[in-house]
Amino acid sequence: MIAFLAKRIGIGAITLIVASIVVFAVLEILPGDPALLMLGMNATPEALAAMREQMGLNEPVPVRYLGWIAGLLAGDFGRSFTYSSPVIDLILERVVVSLPLALIALTLSTAIAIPVGIFSAARRGRAGDTVSMGVAQLGVAVPNFWFALLLVYVFAVWLRLLPAGGFPGWGAGVWPGLKALILPAVALALPQAAILARVTRSAMLEVLGEDYIRTARAKGMPRRYVLWRHALRNAMIPVLTIMGLQFSFLLAGTIIIENVFYLPGLGRLVFQAITQRDLIVVEGVVMLLVASVVVVNLIVDILYAVVDPRLRIRA
Amino acid sequence: MSEVPVPHEAPPPASLLRQAFANRSFLTGFVITALIAAMALASFVWTPFDITHLIVADRMKAPSWQHPFGTDHFGRDILSMIMIGSRNSIAVAVVAVGIGMAVGVPLGCWAAARGGWVDEALMRFNDVVFAFPALLSAVMITAIFGPGAVNAIVAIGIFNVPVFARVARAGALSLWPREYVLAARAAGKGKVLITLEHILPNIASMLLVQGTIQFALGILAEAGLSYLGLGAQPPMPSWGRMLFDAQTRMMVAPYQAIFPGLAIVVTVLGLNLLGDGLRDVLDPRLRRER
Repeated sequence: MIAFLAKRIGIGAITLIVASIVVFAVLEILPGDPALLMLGMNATPEALAAMREQMGLNEPVPVRYLGWIAGLLAGDFGRSFTYSSPVIDLILERVVVSLPLALIALTLSTAIAIPVGIFSAARRGRAGDTVSMGVAQLGVAVPNFWFALLLVYVFAVWLRLLPAGGFPGWGAGVWPGLKALILPAVALALPQAAILARVTRSAMLEVLGEDYIRTARAKGMPRRYVLWRHALRNAMIPVLTIMGLQFSFLLAGTIIIENVFYLPGLGRLVFQAITQRDLIVVEGVVMLLVASVVVVNLIVDILYAVVDPRLRIRA
Repeated sequence: MSEVPVPHEAPPPASLLRQAFANRSFLTGFVITALIAAMALASFVWTPFDITHLIVADRMKAPSWQHPFGTDHFGRDILSMIMIGSRNSIAVAVVAVGIGMAVGVPLGCWAAARGGWVDEALMRFNDVVFAFPALLSAVMITAIFGPGAVNAIVAIGIFNVPVFARVARAGALSLWPREYVLAARAAGKGKVLITLEHILPNIASMLLVQGTIQFALGILAEAGLSYLGLGAQPPMPSWGRMLFDAQTRMMVAPYQAIFPGLAIVVTVLGLNLLGDGLRDVLDPRLRRER
């Protein structure tokens, strides 16, 4: 178990280091001089030179890379040119929108997908299975931003139940904040739920064919108990894998969905920063997102071992 | 605990084709995909209206017999725009899958044949690419190199590389211990020749299934990028861009958002059904389980 964890942590660390080099390198080759961007076209050559010196742009690339990494580790993400405030503040302001959004979406999709998948597997080939897998097949094909537009039309324009976009801030109270996140979370969650339900179903079907399931049933254990205790636990490995992968899709999805709903979250921040060439913000947010993907995958690896004791020994 | 090698005998192509068309999922997917492809091809010679011709008097018309899907804010026929937009979606997705296969499959085969550090390096490379939320990196790439269909293709293509590398590697790894591969090695064939003659033909079906899935994902990704304004640029119509334009007019003209979205859903659904059907037909082990 220790060896297994050590290996996974090592892989995660390597991934992060390589990713940081990639992010740094990609933004390094970007056309455009950050000092020029900051001072504008009319800057005098002297002012430019001074700004380049102040921003550390004259240092050799490896030095700047290491300086950047040291800053990241110390929580200093640099200063945004366009917002003229520390990147870490920008991130913290927006995490309080994106994180709840992602968590609500993940909870929703899991709460829908796993019961539907189990139900479908238990009734394989019958009407319930056919209908729910048909809906899932359709759900996989729906782009989340289009689904978001439909939700806005029905719940905001037509029924006037929920806001069509924007975020009042948590200062306005928990309920108005949550209300603004409901439609975006549903839009993010449903396509994901469709995929997860399909995976759950096929994982369950595989497990339900195993001998120990027949044994458990033959012992007279109730069907429901066998389904939820024996089968689900063994079917969790592929389901967890997909949930881990989906977390990264969820983060990416927030870029589009936050734009659809004008939510001031990380996705919108990074998108705007990219279009405005605010590199330091892009670097910081991208590294944060990559790190969160790596951490989530590590958690998934640990959960494997929790779910399946065999993995603890085998490592 | 050595596995008994099962000789891999592909059924004759004719019976495979018959089986395929007997599969409901394959048949539905095939028909939908063929219709979409036919629509894209037809758009080169005929569309109901000329979309380069802006008729202001006809702007924002609700669906009618003349304009079954309505018209947009420039008076362009939405059906014609969807037809022409399909070219863009298909072209981007096809080339992106092509890039993924052309780079990923040789990489995966190489890793499986060579093993050792090559294999390890490839797997770590995969980890890194998978750690970047694909759309985020695609947004970065298109923002850096400028928006446009070509950069969208590259951005989506890059993320297909590790997918195909992984599938090819897994398939190849399972084949290398097989008896017929051992026989070929004993006969003195090199690893490249064995890969070409024995490995590739046997993983082709897996790659085909994965290709269909990636094609569908490519269509979705392209729609997302062009929705953000990073894909094909106006006046070239694209489904994602049409949805973006429709968003602000949701109150007055919801139909402008309905039809391009349906086009995406139908296309992706068709491809997914095709992929599911192909997998059922080509992978007998999975078929038994269903």
